[in-house]
Amino acid sequence: MKRSRGRSAFLFSCIAPAVILFFIFMILPTLNVFRMSLFEKGAYTPTETFVGLKNFRTLLADANFIRSMQNTILLIVVVTIITFAFALVFAAILTREKIKGQNFFRIVFYIPNILSVVVISGIFSAVYKPENGMLNSIIGLFRDMSDPILWKGEKLVMVSLIIAMVWQAIGYYMVMYMASMSGVPQSLYESASLDGAGRIAQFFQITIPLVWTNIRTTLTFFIISTINMAFLFVKAMTSGGPNHASEVTLSYMYSQKDAGLYGYSMAIGVIIFLFSFALSALVNKVTEREPLEF
Amino acid sequence: MNAKRQDGTGDRLYKIFIYVILGLLAISILVPVAWVFMASIKENSEFYGNPWTLPAGFYWQNFVDAWNAANMGSYMLNSVLVTALALLLLLLIALPASYCLSRFQFRGRKALNICFMAGLFINVNYIVVPVFLMLRDGDVWLKNVFGSSFLLNNLVVLAVVYASTALPFTIYLLSGYFQTLAHDYEEAAYIDGAGYGTTMWKIIFPMAKPSIITVILFNFLSFWNEYIISMTLMSSSKGPKTLPVGLLNLMQAQQSAAQYGIMYAGLVLVMLPTLILYICVQNQLTQGMTMGGLKG
Repeated sequence: MKRSRGRSAFLFSCIAPAVILFFIFMILPTLNVFRMSLFEKGAYTPTETFVGLKNFRTLLADANFIRSMQNTILLIVVVTIITFAFALVFAAILTREKIKGQNFFRIVFYIPNILSVVVISGIFSAVYKPENGMLNSIIGLFRDMSDPILWKGEKLVMVSLIIAMVWQAIGYYMVMYMASMSGVPQSLYESASLDGAGRIAQFFQITIPLVWTNIRTTLTFFIISTINMAFLFVKAMTSGGPNHASEVTLSYMYSQKDAGLYGYSMAIGVIIFLFSFALSALVNKVTEREPLEF
Repeated sequence: MNAKRQDGTGDRLYKIFIYVILGLLAISILVPVAWVFMASIKENSEFYGNPWTLPAGFYWQNFVDAWNAANMGSYMLNSVLVTALALLLLLLIALPASYCLSRFQFRGRKALNICFMAGLFINVNYIVVPVFLMLRDGDVWLKNVFGSSFLLNNLVVLAVVYASTALPFTIYLLSGYFQTLAHDYEEAAYIDGAGYGTTMWKIIFPMAKPSIITVILFNFLSFWNEYIISMTLMSSSKGPKTLPVGLLNLMQAQQSAAQYGIMYAGLVLVMLPTLILYICVQNQLTQGMTMGGLKG
């Protein structure tokens, strides 16, 4: 009896701090996002008034919000496809072929992942600078640069963001897939090449199916984290500009908070929550395959 | 025979092709980073010509200016404090919790585990506005009741927020490890008369050292590099700032004042600690990630 009381006290004292902090700083704010989205609440008015779904109706007519949503989806689709295609192919090459300096490549490719997004945006501001930036000075070797390419101009800003985001993410996923691909037994490849299967066929018919479970989990998480990374990059690199051309949903939410429209900002937050849940459920469903064993 | 020889040349071409592609990717990562290091010791006048010229000399004044005039020195100290405190808090709270959640049977255990799993999907930046409003309202209340407030613009509160929002991932990672241990360890300890607490601290935690190191590494990087929460909760212009936020302000100021050298020196100051850490522990880091598998 004494022992069991000691056990409960022990369990309680171990778990309670974690649960309390988790509740105050994660559960409560999440519930608040949903609650506040139904209210009109401003920075300069102490009171809040219940307005029902009015914030959401305003959202649907807000051209900047629609644009930020389109940009978010564009970034999710393009960044995911490019990152995963490159990461998978490079990982397959580095694990399958005997490459000299394999360790060197692995170490170098991982570097962008340890840098702060602020640092990356600083690096890329040097890359993208219109006059004597790194990229334009290289392109200047091949063509006339009297009117420099404006990488952060309205037309190209999304492309510039995509390049920076892929640059940041590629190494992390490559290293991860290298680890799971090195678990695929060599004998499978040997018997496949005896049967006359080339490298490309082996990649699609052996490597990819065997690491599919890993691809599937990482894909879901990558897509969710892209919503967030897009925000980090936009906030540091462009602040949503020029002229809202690079606004993403989270940065728009943040700018509405800065404008003091808390209720409206939280309506955007609700959309982000629902969107990311729906998206992960969708990806999970679409990528469902029979798990293979090796 | 003939076919085999053709295969050989094809093989060689393929190999060369691979080296070229891998080399290009490595260059595209290394060159911009190295360029920033180079730019950080250039004088301001050197920024107007060809960007690829080597620095004329070591112009250390950039670092001195960044450290003193641009306050990067005190920001660095703030970042060190916040990161260390947040890591300490996180470990003190997450270790016992994940141990109990993964190795004891009790009522409500499953529900708690599901809650923390669901927490993996809540991104901190989704909830930054309500967290800010909560602390602001708290400050208003404190001011009315006690006459002073301390929740916003406070490094300790920032560390608490960091630690709390890192809990789901950390608990997920540590529980995964604790589940793999055999129950014999505890039973032997109980027979020897050790209590629950002693068993946990003296027997289980030392065994979990590799996972603990992984947790510290990942969270160090995310705390050190974080800037959205820090920017939101420490918005007062006179209050303390962390290093990435200070750098962001420096970068924005640079656009009008054109002090490139100081900006690049600031960039180097922010990334140098992480790069040094990475060089020391790169094996642990790239191997540890397969253990965690995912990162928010």
